[in-house]
Amino acid sequence: MSVTVFHNARIVDPSRNLDEIGTVITDGTAIIAAGSAALNQGAPEGATVIDCSGKAILPGLVDARVHIGEPGAEHRETIASASQAAAAGGVTSIIMMPDTDPVIDDVALVEFVLRTARDTAVVNVFPAAAITCGLEGKEMTEFGLLREAGAVAFTEGRKTIANSQTMRRALTYARDFGAVIDHVTQDPHLSATGVMNEGLFASWLGLSGIPREAELIPLERDLLLARLTRSNYHAATLSTAMSMQAIARAKADGAKVTAGASIASLSLNENDVGEYRTFFRLTPPLRAEEDRLAMVEALRDGTLDILVSSHDPQDVDTKRLPFADAEPGAIGLETLLSAALRLYHNGDVPLLRIVDALSSAPAKRFGLSAGTLAPGARADLILVDLEEPWVVHERDIRSRSKNTCFEGARLQGKVLQTLVAGRTVHQA
Amino acid sequence: MTKPQPLPLFPHRHLLGIKGLSPIDIELLLDRADDAVAISRQSEKKTTSLRGRTQINLFYEASTRTQASFELAGKRLGADVMNMSVASSSVKKGETLIDTAMTLNAMRPDILIIRHASAGAAALLAQKVDCAVVNAGDGAHEHPTQALLDALTIRRALGRIGGLTVAICGDVLHSRVARSNIILLNALGARVRVVAPSTLLPSGIRDMSVEVYNTMKEGLEGADVVMMLRLQRERMAGAFVPSVREYFRYWGLDAEKLKHAKEGALVMHPGPMNRGVEIASEIADGPQSVIQDQVEMGVAVRMAVMEALLDPRRTEAGDAA
Repeated sequence: MSVTVFHNARIVDPSRNLDEIGTVITDGTAIIAAGSAALNQGAPEGATVIDCSGKAILPGLVDARVHIGEPGAEHRETIASASQAAAAGGVTSIIMMPDTDPVIDDVALVEFVLRTARDTAVVNVFPAAAITCGLEGKEMTEFGLLREAGAVAFTEGRKTIANSQTMRRALTYARDFGAVIDHVTQDPHLSATGVMNEGLFASWLGLSGIPREAELIPLERDLLLARLTRSNYHAATLSTAMSMQAIARAKADGAKVTAGASIASLSLNENDVGEYRTFFRLTPPLRAEEDRLAMVEALRDGTLDILVSSHDPQDVDTKRLPFADAEPGAIGLETLLSAALRLYHNGDVPLLRIVDALSSAPAKRFGLSAGTLAPGARADLILVDLEEPWVVHERDIRSRSKNTCFEGARLQGKVLQTLVAGRTVHQA
Repeated sequence: MTKPQPLPLFPHRHLLGIKGLSPIDIELLLDRADDAVAISRQSEKKTTSLRGRTQINLFYEASTRTQASFELAGKRLGADVMNMSVASSSVKKGETLIDTAMTLNAMRPDILIIRHASAGAAALLAQKVDCAVVNAGDGAHEHPTQALLDALTIRRALGRIGGLTVAICGDVLHSRVARSNIILLNALGARVRVVAPSTLLPSGIRDMSVEVYNTMKEGLEGADVVMMLRLQRERMAGAFVPSVREYFRYWGLDAEKLKHAKEGALVMHPGPMNRGVEIASEIADGPQSVIQDQVEMGVAVRMAVMEALLDPRRTEAGDAA
């Protein structure tokens, strides 16, 4: 058993509400102790001691929304390449979306993902399964069997279930298995031709807009159904001030609901689209600055529980097109932490809350053994220089696709080392 | 008699939209177009200013009049003009706009004219090719030569643009012609109104430097120019307006509604017209209509734009690459 001592680090562990200078001791695969008192007994005999002065140790991040091209679009991303990108970004656990080809709506597909991840991935990969067969919004998948096989959540990926009856039954049935329904809310009719936030900016560009109500209408429906069915519901990627108010009301009513957002919705706004920059075509679309500010405030006060990358690799063939013809989506695993740290450096959100939204909160919501530095936990942790400035360059991107919203961006805070179960999977 | 001064150099490499042009740029193009009108009215219509230059018309949307206008403009300037017809090209085989652009670029054209159904297509093309690019309409974004020809038509008929009241009527939501005209007319100091049912107005229209009206009576009151827009056939039945007859009743231009405009107000339409939908035949063919003048000015404006972009002084200065 090889013991490693990370000494003099700023330890941020939201699972224990801890942010202090101290020591993390691992036995090679698990955490023995982490905190200011961890070294009270002195370093164990023969331990490797690493001085981490000026650095921080955080639980490995848990990214609850990652699209991968395997199976079906391996030229965009494989489970292996996504895991390399994750490791570089300090993400040690990813929840993989089921909208692959074929769709992950069957036990065999869940097993395929877990097997492929075991053999090729350097981080933990947790598959989410489809709510309905083939993502067609009609027949429910086998929640029980899929959960037993290892599916950690049920989601339609990028899609929204239009039929309220289907949604109600899914929520009701999921309750019996304690499963979480993880749902994107965008009214397919109201957003039909829309490609960016509705408003003056879109109108001048001649682009058709997606109103905020397209997100709110299905969200309010889902929140009503979650109250009615007393089920676990997670709104996956919200983007507006109005949505945050709706979530706050539902939580006040005691509904078992949580809210997530892509870091892009808290870092960027509609003006970043500029002159038709297709890498900024996202779902949900980048909104107005007022919405971004409301999202940041919601993150601070906890209305917004979880931050995700919404990592969505797209190739030249789907992005190098006129704006309205391009696919939405951007990669984000490698910039998730640094982009989120902007909110810490600006003084908008405390570090502990940011790290919570990126690790402990999603782990807790989806029942993963991750997102904590508590003794006995698997040693998934990252060593971070919170201050180090860096510039995002396409050539450094590990992901197979290069469609980042942060090309050329100056970020502050860099992952120096990523450990999964005590094994180093990334070192800067 | 003083020696005529050479025209100032047009400071842009492409014409992707009216946005970004100064009033001086616009006036310069209109002045050049005035000269081109004179050339087009001679029996000898051919000049040599673009001799040896290659012009490619890349039209992704069917367009008889705009493509013909650009083709004729190029030919009158002496350029070699090639039309890329989408129906018979590799576009149908799934080649992307960029790949087509790169292929055409390798043939070393001097100027590319592009029309595309998607907003931003012309700007995307301009990033990838080495020659001048003219936007002949990109989705609902801009159609700069249309706005220029409209301005030229108004300026020649009424002697000025500043201070005039121009009512743009109809499907503003989907109209690139409306967007380019709103920008140009405001730049030259006109008062711009839009008149349309609210389902055909874009979000944020009140912040687009226009006065918004929902009835023709109020919108046309005292207007110097009435500019009608085409209503696409697929938008007529139910989706945006309930029916053709209801649309014509409330927003179609007929003699009764035109009475509210200033006496002798100009009636314009970018074509092709839907007679009996947005405009009554008696008005389209009537004494106030300048619709045929618009077509003539179209050729002149396109000659002016291409000459300005391919100004030989630019090549000598070395910035044409």
